[in-house]
Amino acid sequence: MKITEEEKKLAIETTRRLLETYNDNQGNVIPVLQQVQNKLGYVPAVAMEEVAAHFHIPSVDVYGIITFYNQFRLTPPGKHQVKICMGTACHMRGAHIIQESWERRLNIKLGETTKDREYSLERVACVGCCTMAPVVVINDEIHGKITPTRVDGLIFANQLDNQKAKEGAAPNE
Amino acid sequence: MSKNFPAAAFAKLQEQAQKEWARLREKPLILIGAATCGRAAGALSLLKDVKNELAKLKLDANVLEVGCMGHCYAEPIMVIHNEGLPAICYGYVTEGVGARIVRDFLTEGDPCVEFALAALEPNDMFPTFADFPRGVYENKVVLEQCGFIDPQNIDHYISTGGYTALTKALEMPPEEIITTIKDSGLRGRGGAGFPTGIKWQTCRNAPGTTKYVICNADEGDPGAFMDRTILESNPHLMVEGLAIAARAVGAGKGYVYIRAEYPLAVERVALAIEQARVKGLLGDNILGSNYSLDIEIFQGSGAFVCGEESALIASMEGQPGIPRHRPPFPAEAGLWGQPTIINNVKTLSYVPHIIKNGADWFTGIGSGENPGTAIFALAGKVINTGLAEVPMSTTLNELINEVGSGIAGGKKLKAVQIGGPSGGCLPESAMDTPIDFDSLTQAGAMMGSGGMVVLDEDDCMVEIARFFLDFTQQESCGKCTFCRLGTKHMLDILERITKGQGKPEDIDTLTGLAAKVKAGSLCSLGKTAPNPVLSTLKYFREEYEAHINEGRCPAKMCKELIAYYILPDKCERSCDACVGSCPVEAIHDNEDRIKVIDQEKCVKCDSCTMACPPQYKAVVKLSPPHLVLEKDKEYKEGKQKWQQ
Repeated sequence: MKITEEEKKLAIETTRRLLETYNDNQGNVIPVLQQVQNKLGYVPAVAMEEVAAHFHIPSVDVYGIITFYNQFRLTPPGKHQVKICMGTACHMRGAHIIQESWERRLNIKLGETTKDREYSLERVACVGCCTMAPVVVINDEIHGKITPTRVDGLIFANQLDNQKAKEGAAPNE
Repeated sequence: MSKNFPAAAFAKLQEQAQKEWARLREKPLILIGAATCGRAAGALSLLKDVKNELAKLKLDANVLEVGCMGHCYAEPIMVIHNEGLPAICYGYVTEGVGARIVRDFLTEGDPCVEFALAALEPNDMFPTFADFPRGVYENKVVLEQCGFIDPQNIDHYISTGGYTALTKALEMPPEEIITTIKDSGLRGRGGAGFPTGIKWQTCRNAPGTTKYVICNADEGDPGAFMDRTILESNPHLMVEGLAIAARAVGAGKGYVYIRAEYPLAVERVALAIEQARVKGLLGDNILGSNYSLDIEIFQGSGAFVCGEESALIASMEGQPGIPRHRPPFPAEAGLWGQPTIINNVKTLSYVPHIIKNGADWFTGIGSGENPGTAIFALAGKVINTGLAEVPMSTTLNELINEVGSGIAGGKKLKAVQIGGPSGGCLPESAMDTPIDFDSLTQAGAMMGSGGMVVLDEDDCMVEIARFFLDFTQQESCGKCTFCRLGTKHMLDILERITKGQGKPEDIDTLTGLAAKVKAGSLCSLGKTAPNPVLSTLKYFREEYEAHINEGRCPAKMCKELIAYYILPDKCERSCDACVGSCPVEAIHDNEDRIKVIDQEKCVKCDSCTMACPPQYKAVVKLSPPHLVLEKDKEYKEGKQKWQQ
């Protein structure tokens, strides 16, 4: 996926603004990166360079941190971030089946984003809702007891919402 | 400074809180369980429904968002306190039901017993939770208030006895606090079971004036969710425990390390810290004493290994979370090289209770070397999933069959997976094992953080071993060669076995590699990573052999080794539920209008099994997959015979 020049500019500006509130104590590196990810949804290379310069550490160390922790993304997420829980209980109740349903429906693999940037697909280690297994988290909303047909339903519901929003924008048609 | 100063200052806070608490009960009170598990089941829309209904009927009632009371199987849960009747707890309150209960109960006085789970107070009319088998075994200490108080309101916590322990601790000499904890025999609930008092003593004795206390809320074990529940339902309990621990070792700064996957817990703890600060229970000169403490939250970034204390510290220092050699232990040289104690959420949550009730009270629960209670997250194929707190040394059998009400769907229990990726699978024959640190380790599992996943006959043991190894292999930080490469090799072998490409020598190779990974790893992640494989090999070797020698998965779970098949004599011609459910259009009619699955197209998603009406149950799984051909042949021959 290509990151546009505007996105790069936005990333640099956002990161710089965030860094103003932090001193160069190395304990702040991860909190800063978390903030960047919160704002942008991912941490691009340009943001890593900014952070590295601020803390006087090599950029590669920041890259090391980003790739060590599962939470950080290197590419922009979709508008709907679908996270499939891969905890024990979810696994035993068919999380891999749910994963395949999403992959099949969206025509992308785990870790990818659809071309229209509508959906991205990720896995998470246990969100702690084991009693509701299998669980899928879409943005911040948790959906429990998912089945392949529920997956279709969730995608369809989103399509309807989009359609409504479109029609709402042009009411006289 | 007067010695009674904290107590006097606290008495005022308490009085204020109790007034607030009493005011709450002047009107009907509705509690809705809205922890993450409740939200997944739709608690927030229930909350909206109830509020709408109250507004519509112009009724006056207090509606509170509370945490989780542990009965997760019945989510969403609602409790109504109404004048004249005992408080009643309702379960499975789905859309529409909540509004109806509120309407009928508050306007007509009909408590809608058909939706009730139990009453909360003893009475003559309804059974309470204590009357069920679960209630007989449960002994709630840490979870006592969870689900009954508003986690976002410090007054609720204070009015139910909260922060009295901290007040008491401020008047005790630190040595005495440590002695009490030592006498109580409290062992760390994070998994290893190290005596908490000794850890604190080491930290107190360590030279230096800057010391830290960290609450480890990086609950990474898949299948464990009790730390999340405690933090979401009663965050002040942990904050109070942390403050007492800090006072005992003489630390001026505390941290709560919460994992990124728990956004709601982060929010609740942040609010709790802020409220405690406003009330003067944290910050400078707590309750007018000369002790000061501040607590900060540090969010984890999604690395399982950061639950290990030295990796956790590395991550707080802005490094990749890679464990280091111990000693020196963090209690001597931890965060930024200063003496640091790191305790699990549950451990710290016991502390206020022990200080309040004394060490003898705590040793009175549980058994000998394992005093107190154990909190278990029951999940998997058990009927009553949720959180249960039972005295230590309760047996597995009691926990699963009495507290959990047995296995769902009339299936047979096969094994219990305890302790997450570091633990093991115990078979049915080990069901009399008492649950405590020592007995479980002896049986080949581990207490771990208390996640318990119940497995039935449909679960494949090779697959679950593969699942855990896949997890640890991905989460290995890569420092130790054996952990990094050994687990990868073990995973490759297990993957081959689950695909039916196992070789007879694989079992020996696995055992050998397991021993080497255990010996060659620095931290517990690598040291315990082979446990799931070893315990399943020990108790379920025949399943491995079936996979390797016959290409058959006895539990019919491994995808490559099964095929879906529709039994012709059970399939109903006029029904086509399965056809519509198939996402890849693999089901079609044959010449007899019986549904047939095209094996080439089938993605084995299980949709048809779920769609097939229960009165037919025509879809079955066959293993090994070539059985489908035999079944087809059988069908054709049978038809020929019948036609002749």
